[in-house]
Amino acid sequence: MPGKLKVKIVAGRHLPVMDRASDLTDAFVEVKFGNTTFKTDVYPKSLNPQWNSEWFKFEVDDEDLQDEPLQITVLDHDTYSANDAIGKVYIDIDPLLYSEAATVISGWFPIYDTIHGIRGEINVVVKVDLFNDLNRFRQSSCGVKFFCTTSIPKCYRAVVIHGFVEELVVNEDPEYQWIDRIRTPRASNEARQRLISLMSGELQRKIGLKVLEMRGNAVVGYLQCFDLEGESGLVVRAIGTACTLDKISNTAFLPACNSPSKEMKEIPFNEDPNPNTHSSGPSTPLKNQTYSFSPSKSYSRQSSSSDTDLSLTPKTASSPQGPRIFLFPSSPTLSCGSPHLNKSCLLFPGPSLNPLHSSHVSPVVLRKSVSFTEELLLAASGMGSGSAGKEGGPFKALLRQQTQTALEQREFPFFTLTAFPPGFLVHVGGVVSARSVKLLDRIHNPDEPETRDAWWAEIRQEIKSHAKALGCHAVVGYSESTSICEEVCILSASGTAAVLNPRFLQDGTMEGCLEQRTEETSPLGCGFCHIPYDELNMPFPAHLTYCYNCRKQKVPDVLFTTIDLPTEAMVIGKGCLIQARLCRLKKKAQAEANATSISNLLPFMEYEVHTQLMNKLKLKGMNALFGLRIQITVGENMLMGLASATGVYLTALPTPGGIQIAGKTPNDGTYEQHISHMQKKINDTIAKNKELYDINPPEIPEEIIGSPFPEPRQRSRLLRSQSESSDEVMELDLSHGKKDAFVLEIDDTDAMEDVHSLLTDVPPPPGFYSCNTEIMPGINNWTSDIQMFTSVRVSRLSNINLTNQTLNKNFNDLCENLLKSLYFKLRSMIPCCLCHVNFTVALPEDEVIQVTVTAVAITFDKNQALQTSKVPAAEKTLQRASTDNEEQLQFPLELCSDPLVSQPFSPAKAASLDKASPLAEGHLRHRSIPSCTNSSVSVVKMTPLSFIPRAKITKYLGIINMFFIRETTSLREEGGVSGFLHAFIAEVFAMVRAHVAALGGNAVVSYIMKQCVFMENPNKNQAQCLINVSGDAVIVVRESELEMVPVQPSAPVSQPTSAGGDVTT
Amino acid sequence: MTNDLDIFVGNTTLIDEDVYRLWLDGFSVSDAVTLRLRSGILEQTGATVDVLQSDTMDHYRTFHMLERLLHTPSKLIHQLHFQIPPSRQAMLIERYYAFDESFVREVLGKKLSKGTKKDLDDISTKTNITLKSCRRQFDNFKRVFKVVEEMRGSLVENIQQHFLLSDRLARYYAAIVFFANSRFETGKKKLQFLTFEDFAYCAEQMIENWTLGAVDSNVDDMDVDLDKEFLQELKELKVLIADKDLLDVHKSLVCTSLRGKISVYNEMEANFKNLSRALVNIASKLTHNKDVRDFFIDLVEKFIEPCKSDKWTLNDVRLFLTQYMTSAHTVDAFRHQALWDRYMNTIKSCLLKMYHD
Repeated sequence: MPGKLKVKIVAGRHLPVMDRASDLTDAFVEVKFGNTTFKTDVYPKSLNPQWNSEWFKFEVDDEDLQDEPLQITVLDHDTYSANDAIGKVYIDIDPLLYSEAATVISGWFPIYDTIHGIRGEINVVVKVDLFNDLNRFRQSSCGVKFFCTTSIPKCYRAVVIHGFVEELVVNEDPEYQWIDRIRTPRASNEARQRLISLMSGELQRKIGLKVLEMRGNAVVGYLQCFDLEGESGLVVRAIGTACTLDKISNTAFLPACNSPSKEMKEIPFNEDPNPNTHSSGPSTPLKNQTYSFSPSKSYSRQSSSSDTDLSLTPKTASSPQGPRIFLFPSSPTLSCGSPHLNKSCLLFPGPSLNPLHSSHVSPVVLRKSVSFTEELLLAASGMGSGSAGKEGGPFKALLRQQTQTALEQREFPFFTLTAFPPGFLVHVGGVVSARSVKLLDRIHNPDEPETRDAWWAEIRQEIKSHAKALGCHAVVGYSESTSICEEVCILSASGTAAVLNPRFLQDGTMEGCLEQRTEETSPLGCGFCHIPYDELNMPFPAHLTYCYNCRKQKVPDVLFTTIDLPTEAMVIGKGCLIQARLCRLKKKAQAEANATSISNLLPFMEYEVHTQLMNKLKLKGMNALFGLRIQITVGENMLMGLASATGVYLTALPTPGGIQIAGKTPNDGTYEQHISHMQKKINDTIAKNKELYDINPPEIPEEIIGSPFPEPRQRSRLLRSQSESSDEVMELDLSHGKKDAFVLEIDDTDAMEDVHSLLTDVPPPPGFYSCNTEIMPGINNWTSDIQMFTSVRVSRLSNINLTNQTLNKNFNDLCENLLKSLYFKLRSMIPCCLCHVNFTVALPEDEVIQVTVTAVAITFDKNQALQTSKVPAAEKTLQRASTDNEEQLQFPLELCSDPLVSQPFSPAKAASLDKASPLAEGHLRHRSIPSCTNSSVSVVKMTPLSFIPRAKITKYLGIINMFFIRETTSLREEGGVSGFLHAFIAEVFAMVRAHVAALGGNAVVSYIMKQCVFMENPNKNQAQCLINVSGDAVIVVRESELEMVPVQPSAPVSQPTSAGGDVTT
Repeated sequence: MTNDLDIFVGNTTLIDEDVYRLWLDGFSVSDAVTLRLRSGILEQTGATVDVLQSDTMDHYRTFHMLERLLHTPSKLIHQLHFQIPPSRQAMLIERYYAFDESFVREVLGKKLSKGTKKDLDDISTKTNITLKSCRRQFDNFKRVFKVVEEMRGSLVENIQQHFLLSDRLARYYAAIVFFANSRFETGKKKLQFLTFEDFAYCAEQMIENWTLGAVDSNVDDMDVDLDKEFLQELKELKVLIADKDLLDVHKSLVCTSLRGKISVYNEMEANFKNLSRALVNIASKLTHNKDVRDFFIDLVEKFIEPCKSDKWTLNDVRLFLTQYMTSAHTVDAFRHQALWDRYMNTIKSCLLKMYHD
């Protein structure tokens, strides 16, 4: 069914000079959609042409509307020769296709050329008239909203969270087609840009169809990625979480977006009966049904299916590698080093750290034993899964059963969300991840991308079974990624195993549930920490204690997750960014041999990354990691591992023990001295870190710590039908009461290096904090001063004797220096927190490492922070992580009158330099500079977070998903690689801002640079770069303005904070 | 390990004012790093030299990219490439167009041509300003000159409108353009004691009173070129010195009113004829381009130096010039009152500005 697309070309400005003789340009514009092209008249001899064209009308299928981009080409008319292209603008018209988003796209767009970059600007107006279509067999999915944000968008309410949607499309890469040999680089780049634009449109449409099938109306946490597989093709894949969202009317006044409002307006999209009828009766099945639980069949031991080939060579030659799987337990695999605790040693052999064992093994043997452990571990996990349902008493079982039915219908109970409506998340099991090494082969039939589909299905199956092993039925914070080098590809998936509250998962049940708080989401905010798996058949070795908050349930001693800190979590002190970095050399090899060696290395890398994380976490005096993201990158001759997460101290978990160093040769005096010296250093560091991050948990008398409150203990024993005797439980707890330290063995130089590298991590300078999550615990008084940035470093490992140690050190230095550089650059924003710090590593060629960081720096108000921290009572230092739990995320109103508003740059504190031109000095000191307030360019803020501090999102305008290629054949003239990339990234930002402004928006939230592929050939003076970015275009209103103007700001295309002007001429 | 590529790009373009100044002053990256080191920045921030180096490089790259836009400041305001808050944009422009006193004194009144540009090396050595900075300043002068040279309307306003400069800086540029156009000699040794500010003031007075714009506000080049007709008419003033009677009457009028008020009465009385001849001769010669160029030298040689040698104070000069000017009105035989005022008002202002105690 048709829609009518209308385009008007208004004017151009700052065009480049195309005619050297006259220093002017005779510009005209081609407007192309699908196969239809319109042209404007030639506007002769001007660099600022005024075309003021008629409305160009395209009558098209809505399927095409979704797939095709609008393509606007600006050309210079030439009477004698071919017309020269000045540049192009691609406009994704998707935001115009759903009624709640933008209604018109109108504004100045940078004219972009893949060889020359931005060359002037063009003013365009685009509208769509869409005819309603009730065709059941439609192929389009207009109306399904897409959000990059990985939480329920701020002005919506989740009615149902349906679950995982995924899709991928493949095609030949134009760069590798035969025609590429005869066409210009520009033509090739444009073919690629256009193709990817088409493919992502198609992908989005297909995903939309799936969502409609599930009866949803939106995709949240939409993540789309490109795999440039070279010769074998181009894959565009996407995952997301299908939801039924309900727009909260009157957003300006509702304090909490997630909280249910009783006066919902009718949902226009929801085809189901509106479930908001608020039946206060016991509609909840939780109360009504009595239940005796029998182990469900879905808990069968699937997890061990592919475990066995962990350390074996592949059996079949044609399909190179079976999936390499790995399990990241919430608790360290190696945490039980205490020799006297025989039980734990028996149950969970952790040979590498067991002093008895490892004190007399050589490193080689040690490695072997590690892989051995893995097998045992996985076997254990199989066991765990088999009996997972047995524990927990009827209530848990009930819950489990119920959620299970909700989830069973789904092939993959995955959620790409990282933050959830309150009460959604019941328990968190730990991180689950799976990797698989594949050999790429040419995709023969683009219409049936079965191999790629099968690969991902395999991995997802793995993830699912790992989650089951952890006694969880769902995976949250789920993401997928690839790393490709030549014909080898590592597919990775990871997420957090979790138990979810079923009420959001099913249609029509939730409203009743909302009222009654289940016991699971305890008011103490510790529910999610409680273990979901069976204590006696734990899938991995872990220390369990009774929860430090409620003392009723068991918690692990350490918790790793890929999600954001839940809003209800109780945290002491501040969080901090923790990274594990690792390099492994690998022999250059071809095809299968290469894949084999990579898959052999992977388990060791995962293991080491994990150990590093654990050590660093302990060193910080913290006990939980959130937002964990482990990236393994494959290169020609090495593998890189980079894990980033935000460490916090959860009050529900036990205080982490210290790190103890044990020497291998205890008789040597000097050695002993050295060890004790190191030990002291470590202890000092821990103490210092505790101070730095305000970690001062209230002292709890020893006796209380391990044991539950008397009364609950009784109960828990009752519930624990399978547990043998309470004595054993006590024993386990007591052992922990002594706070067994984490033991680090120093048995060779490697280990020494490790300890050293632990201590070389420099804390950020005073006034700086960093995290990679949405929420920074302990800081809640953000100002509106934000700065989003991207920093890229490429380092060449030339003249270095390549060993694992030197590589590690170089990589570590690279990352640390990069961070230091950021701190220095942003020093004027102090006190400041770097949020959502996102590192990506690439190995573009031999001995070259590329690290890309995107983050946002937000200044916070120190004075108020001090006030809160001055409060002496220990109780008060327990801050809810939910500082941004709606009320606080929107920031208390009293802060709004704060005069400290939006000074984008505070004066640099650096001392002014002695040498300065006297006149300049004179001018500036005593003169008021003329204010250039007539600026027509509206400000567009960008942030990787889902919110803008001190502002409220009043409207989501649609998803921004842009792909650019830039190439140069005059690299030196453009300032070398740095100049080239610097300009390009600035151009990408500019184009994103322009598109958002044209949609009527003034900010991009959940911004992410998904890909930045940089290739250079200095000998030929050439370089090429591909960048893919996405985010959600929004309208935000500053809180101060909200307060002043209590008019409904959700009026369409109100542009409150932008400078207005001629954006919409 | 070397960093091949090292960049930082903010959504809001990050600008460090100190580094901007170093860049404007034409220091190379390594010099800039050395200077920043000397400022003690490392101690304040705990950073390392590498960090400083990378930071400086980054800023230099940004400035280099911005430079193209700074050449046409209105582009900087409207471009989409770099998101810069308006106050910062104004700062960038203002500082980019700011110049060094010692540099401007070297080129003031010179033709802004390739020839002068070649001499920049010498100027650089002489003034101790880097060649790069000299070039920027020179190019700024030239660019502003080219744009406003043939434009209608007020010179200052035109500059302000096209280059978005502060009022004060726009006035300075007006002076530079004015001087360059008429090629006033300012570089002679005798004129070294005069500051740019002195000249700028004089230029402003001359633009206000002696150009076409002073009488008609709708002509091409109105503020840039001197009013030719006016210069021609100035010859009429010669009567004041050529006619012996007139000269005597004028002298006696001035002497009478200044007796007892001026500290250098005797010297004044003795020198009156010389001074009067000097001032009128300067007026009558302004029809020749060469004499226009020597205008300031003539003022110094013929008026300021004689007074200086007789130790006149600034107040003496003021009293004398005021009286000298007003007395001419009471000389019956003198009929060019309006012309006299148009000439003398400016001369008086200029001389008073140029007369340093």
